[in-house]
Amino acid sequence: MFNRDRWIEIFETISKNKLRTALAGFTVALGIIIFVVLYGLGNGLENTFQKFFKDDQLNTIWINPGRTSKPYAGFESNRRIEFDNDDLAEISEKFDFFIEGITPRITLTGRNISYKLNSNNFSVRGVGPSHKTNEMTIMMQGRYINQADIVNKERYVVIGRLVKQDLFGNEDPIGKFINGGGRTWKVIGVYQDDGGDNEERIIYAPYTTVQSIQRGTDDVGSIIITYKPEIGFEGAIEFEKQLKSFIKNRKKIDPTDPRGVFIRSASSDLKENQDFTRVLKIIISFVGFGTLFAGVIGISNIMVYVVRERTKELGIRKAIGATPKSIVWMVLQESIFITTISGYMGMFAGILFLSSLGNTLEEDFYITDPYVDFNTAVFATIMLIIFGGFAGFIPARRAAKIKPIEALNDK
Amino acid sequence: MIRIENLHKSYPMGNRSLHVLKGLNFNVEEGELVAIMGSSGSGKSTLLNILGMLDNYDEGSYTLGDVLIKKMDETKAAKYRNKFLGFVFQSFNLINYKNALENVVLPLYYQGVSRKEREEKALKYLDDVGLKEWANHLPTELSGGQKQRVAIARAMVGEPKVLLADEPTGALDSKTSKEVMDLIQKINKGGKTILLVTHEEDIAQMCSRIVRLKDGVIVEDKKIKQKKAL
Repeated sequence: MFNRDRWIEIFETISKNKLRTALAGFTVALGIIIFVVLYGLGNGLENTFQKFFKDDQLNTIWINPGRTSKPYAGFESNRRIEFDNDDLAEISEKFDFFIEGITPRITLTGRNISYKLNSNNFSVRGVGPSHKTNEMTIMMQGRYINQADIVNKERYVVIGRLVKQDLFGNEDPIGKFINGGGRTWKVIGVYQDDGGDNEERIIYAPYTTVQSIQRGTDDVGSIIITYKPEIGFEGAIEFEKQLKSFIKNRKKIDPTDPRGVFIRSASSDLKENQDFTRVLKIIISFVGFGTLFAGVIGISNIMVYVVRERTKELGIRKAIGATPKSIVWMVLQESIFITTISGYMGMFAGILFLSSLGNTLEEDFYITDPYVDFNTAVFATIMLIIFGGFAGFIPARRAAKIKPIEALNDK
Repeated sequence: MIRIENLHKSYPMGNRSLHVLKGLNFNVEEGELVAIMGSSGSGKSTLLNILGMLDNYDEGSYTLGDVLIKKMDETKAAKYRNKFLGFVFQSFNLINYKNALENVVLPLYYQGVSRKEREEKALKYLDDVGLKEWANHLPTELSGGQKQRVAIARAMVGEPKVLLADEPTGALDSKTSKEVMDLIQKINKGGKTILLVTHEEDIAQMCSRIVRLKDGVIVEDKKIKQKKAL
């Protein structure tokens, strides 16, 4: 392998057969370029897809009450389901193992809120502390609602960035009082939210305070649960299942009734999401494998052609004393040398092309940051070299076995 | 130098086999220039292939120098060919992307001779065939006679015991044929044993002995008075 003389012989052969060398090298380089580029674009597609779902808090379950559509346990259908503080406490206690945070969400829409001479209509939500996590609310000023506010039924509010802009302008709102529903509320925090403008036009208050203003009902509206991420994907699915049957049982809803209660979770969304990603990955791998395979076939063809073209030369070499082994090695070494050089050139060309693309395809083709990790590219290149060598080995061995006299008669 | 006893060779042809050589016996002494003659199908090419270790034989024995050449593997055959034999072919069989010098160097490369030494030696043999000035020319830039002389230089460079020539003048005009035969005669005068297959009577007359084959048997084997080529 490291015989200097043999390498000189190979370099001479390569440099004197430029067309053949170029042809073989081009096939290999093209194969690896196509692989790297296609695989990279596939990865870019996946990147875009994952970005779409990044903004969601994934370990969340929403429980919304509805109206029953089937009679059950003595109740008529079309019964309105409501959750109250007891339900909240029961769920919280029973599923303590799964739950990281639980909060109701009482929504009051279009409430007129004013500060000094400024006023506007905003939605008000009565929530608990863990609601902050569910909405991925980011505090800009002050603080969010805490457990003490809930217990003491404080008349505190946390206002969105646009609420602050409407009511306070440039004034610092913290500690100021706003009017709503004939009462005054103390502003304790200002938040922002990446979910869009409407998300920043909401006012949050402790749900217990909101309940007491609603003439003493303890209706909690929707329930939002954050489950512990460590229970994992399977755990979340199981949790959701148990939760559903627990609520239906507790609220006397027919287990087969689809409308009494609506439970939606990011984990079931996530499952679809992951299924899609998996399919995408399979397609990408398939495309990658396909191009690699096509590359191997291309190389095999070239190798067969190369050896065929050299049959006579190999016959001459045998007649003047080349052993079959030296013939096989010469052909192999040459082909491995060419595939290695052009393979790596193709690989770097492909990587360079991908990085030159950058994010230019994001707008029109949903391809973000196309890339191939270096190991995959190197692996693919090595595969091509190995298969190229193997593809060269078979015709080389056949050529070495040909009786020199047959090769020489092949005029 | 060459001793052949009761040599048989058949080729399988479907279910039957074609008996090509039917018990040949002959010896070649060192320094002889032997013409092997016969029409096509007489077995002369088969005989030459066996002598050149390019093909195996079925029965009998073939001794080259003091080595019995008997069913050997390809690697061993390649080494013996390299060491004992030089080949000259009708169609020259030069490697067309290598120049004259590189072609002549090749047997030495397979002998493992160092680069410097083999180039010196090859140049000397090119000089012997009168083509030193053409060392750096590709075969496509040479005439037929020149190509054959390069091929002869290549056959000689490994200093073989025997030179085997298969219709060496078959592709040449009569004038060039004579020049090439003159070269072969000179090499023979230098003491080299040469076997030459031909179907041209006048070429055969330039050798010192003629062996005639017909249907796989030797029908005539006689020493003749050698004619000078030029």
